[in-house]
Amino acid sequence: MTFTETPNAVPAVEMQDITLRFPGVLANDHVNFTMYPGEIHALLGENGAGKSTLMNVLTGLYKPQSGEIRIHGKKVSFNSPKDAIANGIGMVHQHFMLVENQTVTENILIGLDTPRFALNLKKYDQEISHLADQFGIHIDPTARIWQLSVGEQQRVEILKILYRGADILIMDEPTAVLAPQEADELIETLKGMAAQGKAIAFISHKLTEVKQVADKLTVLRRGRVTAERKDLENFTRESLASLMVGREVIFNLHKCEQTAGREVLRLEDVSAVNNKNLPALRNVDLALHEGEILGIAGVAGNGQSELVEVITGLRECTGNIWLEGKNIANKPPAFSISHGLAHIPEDRIGVGSAPNLSLTSNIIMKRYDQAPVSQKWQLNYVAADALANGLKDEYDIQAPNVQTQARKLSGGNLQKLILARELSSAPRLVVAMQPTRGLDVGAIENVQQLLLNQRAQGCAILLVSEDLDELLSLSDRIAVMYEGHVVGTICSGDFDITKIGLMMTGTLPQDLPPEAEASKPVAVGSISEFDEVLDHVKDFERIDEASPAGQPVILSEEAAEEPCGDDTSPSEQLEDPDAGLTEKERVLRKVLGKKYQKGDEE
Amino acid sequence: MKIPYPVLLKRHEDYPKWLPVVTSVGAVLLAFIISGIVLAATGANPFTVYSYFFKASFGSWGAFSDVIVKATPLLLIGLGCSLAFKMRLWNIGAEGQFFIGAFLASAVVMVPLVNLETTPRWAVIALMMLLGMAGGALWGFIPGYLKAKLSINEVIITLMLNYVAILWNNYWIFGTWSEAGFQMTKTFPRSAWLPRLADFADKIPAFSGMTAHAGILFGIIAAIIVYQIIYKSKWGYKITLIGDNPRAARYAGIDIARNTILVFMVSGALAGLAGMTEVSGVVHRLQERISTSYGFSGVIVAWLAKLNPFAVILVSILFGALLVASREIQPSGISFLIQGITLFLVISSDVLLKYEIKWVRPSQETAQ
Repeated sequence: MTFTETPNAVPAVEMQDITLRFPGVLANDHVNFTMYPGEIHALLGENGAGKSTLMNVLTGLYKPQSGEIRIHGKKVSFNSPKDAIANGIGMVHQHFMLVENQTVTENILIGLDTPRFALNLKKYDQEISHLADQFGIHIDPTARIWQLSVGEQQRVEILKILYRGADILIMDEPTAVLAPQEADELIETLKGMAAQGKAIAFISHKLTEVKQVADKLTVLRRGRVTAERKDLENFTRESLASLMVGREVIFNLHKCEQTAGREVLRLEDVSAVNNKNLPALRNVDLALHEGEILGIAGVAGNGQSELVEVITGLRECTGNIWLEGKNIANKPPAFSISHGLAHIPEDRIGVGSAPNLSLTSNIIMKRYDQAPVSQKWQLNYVAADALANGLKDEYDIQAPNVQTQARKLSGGNLQKLILARELSSAPRLVVAMQPTRGLDVGAIENVQQLLLNQRAQGCAILLVSEDLDELLSLSDRIAVMYEGHVVGTICSGDFDITKIGLMMTGTLPQDLPPEAEASKPVAVGSISEFDEVLDHVKDFERIDEASPAGQPVILSEEAAEEPCGDDTSPSEQLEDPDAGLTEKERVLRKVLGKKYQKGDEE
Repeated sequence: MKIPYPVLLKRHEDYPKWLPVVTSVGAVLLAFIISGIVLAATGANPFTVYSYFFKASFGSWGAFSDVIVKATPLLLIGLGCSLAFKMRLWNIGAEGQFFIGAFLASAVVMVPLVNLETTPRWAVIALMMLLGMAGGALWGFIPGYLKAKLSINEVIITLMLNYVAILWNNYWIFGTWSEAGFQMTKTFPRSAWLPRLADFADKIPAFSGMTAHAGILFGIIAAIIVYQIIYKSKWGYKITLIGDNPRAARYAGIDIARNTILVFMVSGALAGLAGMTEVSGVVHRLQERISTSYGFSGVIVAWLAKLNPFAVILVSILFGALLVASREIQPSGISFLIQGITLFLVISSDVLLKYEIKWVRPSQETAQ
C-alpha cells in the first residue's frame, strides 16, 4: 500500500528461530518474524497463539531459549526492557501505564535521565507538542491524564515511546479499548507514522481491521507461524479466519441422550451491580434441571461473571435464587456449598486455588470440616493425604506427590485439581465458568468429558463460556446474555450459530430474520464460521455502545421456561426490510450496520 | 552504567527443607561479622567485645536467668505476631497490646478488684493473667474489627494505638495511681507476684538471686498451643489458607471477617499476657518504662523465626541475650546495631530461597 519493499532494504526487525517454552507450554516454536521500516505488520492469532509472547521477547521482557534477534541488521541480546528501549523498540500495552494525576508531559518524562533535577515543564511541553504535530497526534501536553479519554490516553502512550526515540512500535490490540471513531483516527495516525519510516507491529484478532491497516501479515497458531503474506488484498475474511484457527480437532465426546429431571436451580428477577456499582445483572430469570447443561453465551462483560458470583454467594443481589428449594441469594458461600453447590471459577490461580499450599490443602478446601479429614478441633492430615492421593489418581493429576505446591502444576493439572475437589463432593449443581480456557486440546476434552459425566449422573450444570463451540457441543439449552439481560434461551434442537451470534448483540429472538430462524443447525467443529460471527459481534457491540439505542426487553416467560422437549421457538413472520439479500448478507448488514453494502464482501 | 559481571536472578521452583535454616543462621552469623567490622572501625577489638557479650549473657546461670527474663515477653509477643503474620495480618501493635495488658493486670492490685489480704496468691495471679489477656485482646479487637468491617489498614491503626496505650498508661501512673508523685504505682503486694526462682532459694541454694519467673513457662506452653493451632488444627488451616489466598478462602466458604477479628484478638491476648508477666514477674508495679520496645522486637523475633513457634523460643533467647549484654557493654547501642543488621539480613536472605543467583561472565552472555 504505502510501502514498497526495496530488495536491499535492511529489516528493522529480524527475529529468527525464536523458541520460548514456559512450563508445559511451547509459547513460541521456531518463530520467524521480519519487519521493514515503513511497514505496518499485523500479527494475527487466537488467544494464547503466542503473539504477545513473541512481542514480549522483542521488548526484552522474556529471553528466548533459542533464536536470534537483529535490529537494523545488528545482532542484539536483550536482558531487560531497558535494552530494547535503547534499541528503539517501544510497546503500547493494552493496559495503559500512566499516572492519573500527572500531566501528559510529566508522564512522558517519567523514568528518563533528563531532566536530571530541575524540571522546566514549559520547555518540555513545547517539545512534546512539537513531536505530536510531527506525527499528526492531537493532544494537550498540559492536560492531566484523568481528564483524557481512553483514545487520548493511548496517544500519550504512543508519544511516550516516540519521545524515547523508538522507530519500532508494537501495538498490542490497540483498538480493543477504542470507540469506532477513535479506532479510525488511530489507524490514520499509524499510517502516518509508517509513512515517516517507523516500523509498526500491530497485534490483533480482528480480521476486518487487519485488512484495513496492515501492509503485511503474519499468522500465529499454537506458537507457530502458519502464514506470512503480503498480498492482503487477495484475502477474504474467511481465508484469514481459517489461517488463524486452522482445522480444529473435533472432540470425541460421549454425550448421552437424556431428558432433564426436576428443577434444581431457579433465579427469579435477579439483579446485581458490578464492582463499579453499575447495573450488571438486570431482572434475570433462569431455571436449571437435573441432568441438564445450561450454557450461557455472550460477549465477555455482559453480566456472566456477576451471574456466577451471585449464584455462588460471592456477590450481593436482589431477587431470589432457589437451590433445591432453599433461597441462597445473599447467603454466605458456605451455605450454598453445604447445599450441594460446586463452583469451577474462571480464575484458577486467583480464586480456585491457594498457590503456595500443597495439593492436599487445596483438595480439602471445602471439606476440612467433614469427617474423616475433620477430627474434633484437629485436621487429620493422614486422612487428608489419603483423600488427595485417591483423587490425584482418579483425576490423573500430574504431580510428584500430594505435598507439591499448587503453583507448580500446569494449567491443565491445576484445573483437574479444581475439578477433582468440586466434582468429588457429589454436587447437585455445578457452576463452571470458562472451564477450558487456556488449556491444551487434550485437557479440554478431559474437562468437557468430566462435565458430561456429571450430567449423566443427574447433576445440573451451569456452563459459562465464551467458546461457542464448547457451548454448542455440551449444552442442552443456551441462554444468551446481553448487557445483563437474558435475551433469550434456545434448546439444543434449534442451536444456530447465526441466531446465537445475533442474540449476543442484543437482538431479541422475535426480531431475528426468518431465514436465520429456519436455517439448519450448524455442525459442531466448524470454528472458522463461529469466529467470523464473533468477530462481527464485537464490532457490532461497539457500534451499539456508541449509539444510545434502546435496551432490549427481557422475555421473562421465554427465559424461565420448562426444559426443552418440543420446539418452543416462535415462528415469527415479520416484514423483512432487507428482503432480497442472502442470509449471509443480511447477517453482515445487521452486524456491521450501515458500513456494509451489498457486494462488499468479496 | 555497565556492570562488569551482571547478576542473573533465576527463580527456582523448589528448595531443600534445610535451606531456610541455613540462610537464617547464616544471616545471624553474618550480622555478627558485619557488626564486628563496625566495632573494629571504632577501635575496639571485636573478639574481646563478643567474648564479653557471651559472658554477660551466658557466662553464669545467673546471667542466663536474666536472659530468660528478657526473653519471656519477646517469646509471648513473637508468638502472637507469628499467628497474625501467618494470616498476613500486619499487627505492629504488640507494644500497645502489651501496655493495655499490663494496665488491666495492674488494675487487679490498684483498684483493687479483690481483697489482696485474703485471696489466695494463685487466684490473684490467675485473675491478673485473665485481665492482662483481655486487655491485649481488646486492643487487638479494635484494629481487627476496623479491618474486617471497614477494610481499614491495620498497620496504621495498630501503630497509632501503641501511642494511645502508652499515653493511657501514663495518665494512670502520673496521676491516679502515682505513688508520692513518682511516675509509678506502689509496689504490688507479694500475693500479686509471679513465682521466681529466687523464691525457692531456701530449698535450692543455687537459685538465690535468680529473677527468672513463671512467665517463661507460660511462654513455652503458649508456643506449644500456637504450634498446635497453626500446624494441627482446622482453625490453623483456615488461617493459612486466608494468608495464602484470601479470595480462595472466601470462595471456599471461610468467613474472613470473623477470622480477622479472632486472630487479632488472640495475637493481642498473647502480647497482653506479656505485659502482665512483666508487671507481675519483673518490676512488681506499673511504671512508664516496663518495655524496652518489646512490642517491636517481637515483630523481628517472629520474622526471624519464620513464624515457627518453636523457632520463636530460640530466637527470643538470642534477642534476650543481646538485651542483657547491652547492659554490660558501652555503648549499649551495639546490641541494637546487631539486632538491626540481623533483621535486615534475614529479610534479604529470602532472596536466596526464591532465586538462584548466577554471575554471568561476558563470555557466557554472548553464548546465550
